[in-house]
Amino acid sequence: MRLLIKGGRIIDPANNLDSIGDVLIVDGKIAEISENIEVQVNKTVDAEGMIVTPGLIDMHVHFREPGYEHKETIATGTRAAAAGGFTSVACMPNTNPINDNQAVCSLIKQKAKEEGVVKVFPIGAVTKGSQGEELAEIGELKEAGVVALSDDGKPISNGEIMRRALEYAQMFNLTIISHAEDLNLAVGGFMHEGYVSTVLGLRGIPSAAEETMVARDIILAELTGSPLHIAHLSTAGSVRMARDAKARGLMVTAEATPHHFTLTDEAVVGYHTATKVNPPLRSSSDRDAILAGLKDGTIDVIATDHAPHAREEKEVEYAYAPNGMVGLETAVPLVVSQLINQGILTWSEAIAKLTVNPARILGLPLGTLSIGSTADVTIIDPQQEAVVDTAKFQSMGKNSAFSGWKLQGWPICTIVDGQIVMQSGKILA
Amino acid sequence: MWKRKDLLGLKELSIDEINMILDTAVPMKDIIKRTIKKVPTLRGRSMVTLFYEPSTRTRTSFEMAAKYLSADTSSLTVATSSVAKGETLIDTGRTIEVMGADVIVIRHESAGAPHLLAQSVVARVINAGDGMHEHPTQGLLDLFTMREKKGDLSNLKVAILGDILHSRVARSNIWGLTKFGAEVRVVGPSTLLPGEFKKMGVQVFHNVEEALRGVDVVNVLRLQKERQKKGLLPSLREYAKIFGLDQKRLSLAKPDALVMHPGPMNRGVEIMPDVYDSTQSVVDEQVTNGVAVRMAILYLLMGGGTGNEIIN
Ligand SMILES: [Zn+2]
Repeated sequence: MRLLIKGGRIIDPANNLDSIGDVLIVDGKIAEISENIEVQVNKTVDAEGMIVTPGLIDMHVHFREPGYEHKETIATGTRAAAAGGFTSVACMPNTNPINDNQAVCSLIKQKAKEEGVVKVFPIGAVTKGSQGEELAEIGELKEAGVVALSDDGKPISNGEIMRRALEYAQMFNLTIISHAEDLNLAVGGFMHEGYVSTVLGLRGIPSAAEETMVARDIILAELTGSPLHIAHLSTAGSVRMARDAKARGLMVTAEATPHHFTLTDEAVVGYHTATKVNPPLRSSSDRDAILAGLKDGTIDVIATDHAPHAREEKEVEYAYAPNGMVGLETAVPLVVSQLINQGILTWSEAIAKLTVNPARILGLPLGTLSIGSTADVTIIDPQQEAVVDTAKFQSMGKNSAFSGWKLQGWPICTIVDGQIVMQSGKILA
Repeated sequence: MWKRKDLLGLKELSIDEINMILDTAVPMKDIIKRTIKKVPTLRGRSMVTLFYEPSTRTRTSFEMAAKYLSADTSSLTVATSSVAKGETLIDTGRTIEVMGADVIVIRHESAGAPHLLAQSVVARVINAGDGMHEHPTQGLLDLFTMREKKGDLSNLKVAILGDILHSRVARSNIWGLTKFGAEVRVVGPSTLLPGEFKKMGVQVFHNVEEALRGVDVVNVLRLQKERQKKGLLPSLREYAKIFGLDQKRLSLAKPDALVMHPGPMNRGVEIMPDVYDSTQSVVDEQVTNGVAVRMAILYLLMGGGTGNEIIN
């Protein structure tokens, strides 16, 4: 099976590559990249004027299976990923039951193999039941195939447990992904604490609720010498502390979501529950700090925190709505429209945060177009403009704050192991 | 002519819209003073009160307002049990609507609930208090009372005293008064009054004496006793001592300053009995004006004109 991608702008940050040319895929591997390849192939994809990148990796999604299949399944979640240009996703363990044991992990992998359109890498829980009290069987989880550990959705409130988790996970080369939140400071809050929350009369979550935990976790990463990845950074203070930690040589990495680099708490005006996310949408100075952190490399990764909910769960009073927004199908056009077209990031910088950087943090041999590597490829049309239409989402979750937004730069082709799984918005797998 | 479908807050109302309500409330108040307190204006129309939080006062005020205008009323007090059963606000609103309600008056503990309801039904929606957001009819009756007693709102100095952070009454008052150009001072303990309020165009004080100096109106808010348990206050005793409105503090205001309170009062906590009983207190008048203002709103929302024609 030979597939030829012709005439695209090939951007592979892992190899410092940014040039126009052809990519030849043979039997699921990258076989050749050069200016002009003339060989007999089974299929050719015309990529003139398009961006050709390693398959995008989203290291933070919630697929809800097992346990909450009315919100999303691995089948629908991976279709959403393919539609959004992602060839790999790492799914958080806050399913029901929690992915804190081999059985759940195996189930996820099995489902992904049978029904998945893209690659699914499970993230294991740090603590049993994500209760924050006792370590999960991290060694067993590693054997079962988890690529990182997190109690995402909840912080690990007990500092001693977090310390031991960092120490223990190090033996298995697993990074702990911190959901940084001081629950006492955040309690009762529904949005960012500031002027907008004051006017709307919604109890606020202060930036300090995130920052005090980011500070603690960085201190513990230093104590243990273990890698720490901070999920969904949302405040200027968190960015500052992550930058400082990196400057001191700690193994601290961080991610930001498209909704946090695009929106502010002003989006909550009107009480649209799609804007209810955790951490909350912050102030414009926080957003500016995130943009600066993306630019200077403090923030390594763009991850969606794709969090689908059923329609009726979100069609309630703001206070009662669950946290979360879907993100897989709008991530690429938001990166293009908000970061690349605005001059915040170059194409290469943006692609690195969606490919090689998450691959390195998760220890995956992916996120590159190196010859001989797995042929996961994403093709993006940088010019294409379209209005976000949640009704057309592959995801079961329609809870997007970007509904109706006109965005530029959409993925047009997703290739997994040399197979086209999405072309022009259609899922082919 | 009134053009807005719903009444959700004072923030979005124009001065003209507020004036229209206040002007319409004047003849409405005359109806309340008559021996036979009933006009046929809204005959055949129906209002449903949908209260997710108990408030007999506000609900009764709406019901009397509707009855004086001959509208039919029914009330639905929603216990948390039916919420637990899974009936959503949208379901409940649509059910009430298909039963024929023209106006739904909603009181809810969650900010924005009236907005959700307003988007989901064709019926008109009146916000009777939503969480910490707004209480527009209370704000309007406060404006009406101040205008009635003091005339022009634009020259007034008004102090709002108490738990500003959690108060929807404070927010509605602030939006209304600042639109008219009144000087608004908010005063309360720092845990119940974040500095963000400055951006709403008011002056922020944590010292009652400073805040009350020379004001025309002191609007005292009710203190929820739970605030102490949440770590926002050391004790009610200390609150009363530092922030309670007594005669000595009131004497710093203008001699003819009005004392207002949205009720019900914690006597001896946020307001001392001698102040409540003084001639400066217009608390009873506020209650009467509340009915007049709600009559005006119901009348305008159900398609009425200026209100002058209905007195005859
Ligand atoms: Zn999280």
